[in-house]
Amino acid sequence: MQISRRSLLTRSAAVGCSLAASPLLTPVTFAAAPWDTRLVVIILRGGMDALDAVQPYGDPDYAGLRQSLPGGPGTGAADLDGFYALHPGLAPLLPLWRAGQLGFVQAVSTPYRDRRSHFDGQDLLEAGTAGPGQAEGGWLNRLLQLMPGAEARTAFAIGQERMLLMEGAAPVSQWAPGAGLAMSPQAERLAGLLMEEDPLFHAALNEALELTRQDLSLGTGENSGDEGEDMMMSMMTAPKGKALQEVAAYAAQQLRGETRIAAFSINGWDTHQRQANGLKNALGRLSEAILTLQSGLGPQAWGKTAIVAVSEFGRTVRENGTGGTDHGTGGAMLLAGGAIRGGRVLGRWPGLAEADLYDRRDLMPTADVRSPLAWLLHGLTGAGRSGLETTVFPGLDMGGDPGLLL
Amino acid sequence: MRFDGDLAEIRFGAGLSPLLPPPASAEQMLARLKGPDAAAKAFPLADFDAALQGTREFRRLRRARYKLRGQPGYEAAEEAFKAYRRARNRERRRWHGQRLLRHIHTSDGLRERLVLFWADHFSAQGKTGLYRVLASPYAETVIRPHVAGRFEDMLIAAVTSPLMLHYLDQERSAGPGSRAAQRRKRISGLNENLAREVLELHTLGVDGPYSQADVRQLAELFTGLSVKGSDGFLFRPEMAEPGPETVLGQSYGGGRPALEQVLAALRDLARHPATARHVAWKLAVHFTSDTPEPALVDHLAARYLATGGALMPVYEALLEHPAAWAPQLANVKPPFDYVASACRALAVPEARIAGLKPGQINRLLLAPLTPMGQRWEFPNGPDGWAEADQTWITPQALAARLRWAMAAPRRLLQELPDPRDFAAAALGGYANERVRFAARAAETQSEGIGLILASPAFQRR
Repeated sequence: MQISRRSLLTRSAAVGCSLAASPLLTPVTFAAAPWDTRLVVIILRGGMDALDAVQPYGDPDYAGLRQSLPGGPGTGAADLDGFYALHPGLAPLLPLWRAGQLGFVQAVSTPYRDRRSHFDGQDLLEAGTAGPGQAEGGWLNRLLQLMPGAEARTAFAIGQERMLLMEGAAPVSQWAPGAGLAMSPQAERLAGLLMEEDPLFHAALNEALELTRQDLSLGTGENSGDEGEDMMMSMMTAPKGKALQEVAAYAAQQLRGETRIAAFSINGWDTHQRQANGLKNALGRLSEAILTLQSGLGPQAWGKTAIVAVSEFGRTVRENGTGGTDHGTGGAMLLAGGAIRGGRVLGRWPGLAEADLYDRRDLMPTADVRSPLAWLLHGLTGAGRSGLETTVFPGLDMGGDPGLLL
Repeated sequence: MRFDGDLAEIRFGAGLSPLLPPPASAEQMLARLKGPDAAAKAFPLADFDAALQGTREFRRLRRARYKLRGQPGYEAAEEAFKAYRRARNRERRRWHGQRLLRHIHTSDGLRERLVLFWADHFSAQGKTGLYRVLASPYAETVIRPHVAGRFEDMLIAAVTSPLMLHYLDQERSAGPGSRAAQRRKRISGLNENLAREVLELHTLGVDGPYSQADVRQLAELFTGLSVKGSDGFLFRPEMAEPGPETVLGQSYGGGRPALEQVLAALRDLARHPATARHVAWKLAVHFTSDTPEPALVDHLAARYLATGGALMPVYEALLEHPAAWAPQLANVKPPFDYVASACRALAVPEARIAGLKPGQINRLLLAPLTPMGQRWEFPNGPDGWAEADQTWITPQALAARLRWAMAAPRRLLQELPDPRDFAAAALGGYANERVRFAARAAETQSEGIGLILASPAFQRR
């Protein structure tokens, strides 16, 4: 192949046309989105301790199991309904609870059992299957494949983490706020030429350039050009303290536009030691992320929004010897948003007596976590039950409608 | 099969250098790996035990600060503690510079690659300020001396390392029936974390032939593996669960708890066929492709089994197999390897890196790894960094690579090379027509260099 400057320019002109014609580059005049509700999925990586987050202080065995990690209204937790109390780390969300915009489902889990590995647990949670390798990619992606009219911007994975639940055949967007590229037009063209024959690189480059333009036009990115390379370097070392808040703010911004589904992760739930501190911090970050979403979405979009936070598994009902808890089975799901019928802790409580536990150590799951997820998807997007039970969550029996949405 | 030196240096080494010739043969690569560790001698790093001693001062200053809270003198104590913490972070950045210098100047690139590979296989990290800087010394002392040795010795070194015992919560795990637990109820906790990861990640693999009962039994067997403050590893028989314990049908211990019982189990796990398979698979993925040829995996696993986990013969098996030499560049370099090989191609002088202030090392060479998807020395879990190419080449991570490639070289070199010469130096025979065109057509030298470093030909290996 002979490449000349002329052929390069012709080639890039063609690329330029197709980009200009793309609706993705004109963020103000969006193509009509396929549905109007908003869904935010937050993956809590590490295994959230459901018994400490949503404390079943009304259970007669609870206090005895949690002596150095005590819960209930006497310990600073807010009473929710006379049986459950809310960990103080989630206290910033109490106004949402009172407004009926915060709820929980207790004692749910993926079908994953016994190995209790984070990595497998998260993979299964995000795959949405009963076992490994039973379907390609993640459940949110398979949902998109069912939805006519879904486009790349319809679903957005945000942040530096890999989000398996969004991966698959349907195009999705992924970006971390402030990650933009500022290159000369010539360098952009040459980079495109270099990567053209390598589909992995070429697709990532085109998406990065598009998202950079969108960042700039939405005013979230840095100023373009002027400081040139200095800015390129300085963006690499931006302070990371507010990273999660920026992710949540960015998610809200996308959801106000064309995006209908956003997903990101919050880490730091693997509290084997000194859980009292670790869980408080993690719940604080979760609270902050939800409140950032609420303020970023504004009242109108918030009213159509459901946020769901799930973790790969719960933790042992007993404390371990190091002020923490180990990997368990049954966990809790958090629901928030203006579209949620909250103010309730759902889920059938299995009890904490020795005989009620899973494997004599973990909270017994009384429902498949995929079932409430499927009902959310059904209510928010109109996806049909059969598609949800065969394609999105293969083999799932959704059971009766728990009425999670208004 | 003709030996391809450029491919050998790109795929199995530190990448091409304008200063150092690529290896002449696979035998030469193996001989260098077997010989003395010249790079470690030229660019020394703190060893783990010395770095661990530093935690003594950290603890002392922290305690002094705690005692003075609410009293006069607190601020001075606070400042002393913070100053020490800053000094440790500066040390960590200097170590990072030394590791990069090894990559830039080595003629034994396979060794550097293997240190990265095995330190990742036995990924361990500090979870508190006390231990946060120890990952490089861990790679130096626990991993590096064993990369050309036997797998079981590396496994034992890793599993008994204070950093691993801390990271996977082993140090305070006590058997429910141990003497310590009977004396003091509070420490009666058994913690399964390390035992599980040893089976799942370090030895048999997640599809391996073990059950939850094996995890539990191994966790009981591991009780007693502990750390004595800043002095390092200590086996504490009083924390050990009285045996025997049965792991994979084999009984260990009984009688007085002793470290040797734990080591015997680790040796058996190291030599298990599932471990051979798991290690073979990981090596094949890391050095060849996300979907390695089954024949290559079989070949490596067979060699591993035949030699009881001696690693040199396994590397020999890798380098002699035709599947390892497929001419198409495949795996995407992870961010550290990308930056290190770029510095090597740029021939960043020793004096330049040695002369960088720790803050500059951070801004130019360490912090940029995070937006590329690799918060260096802090992977998300004990399974270490991902291998899949698409994990690294996402829009935002590729954007971070491009930003670094365009901006950093000018700050690392007084004078940038001519992009046309640089294309040949960085890629050798892999400088294809597109790369050479971009080198000619770029409007500035910085962009020319950046584009060559951004080319898939440079980012893959």
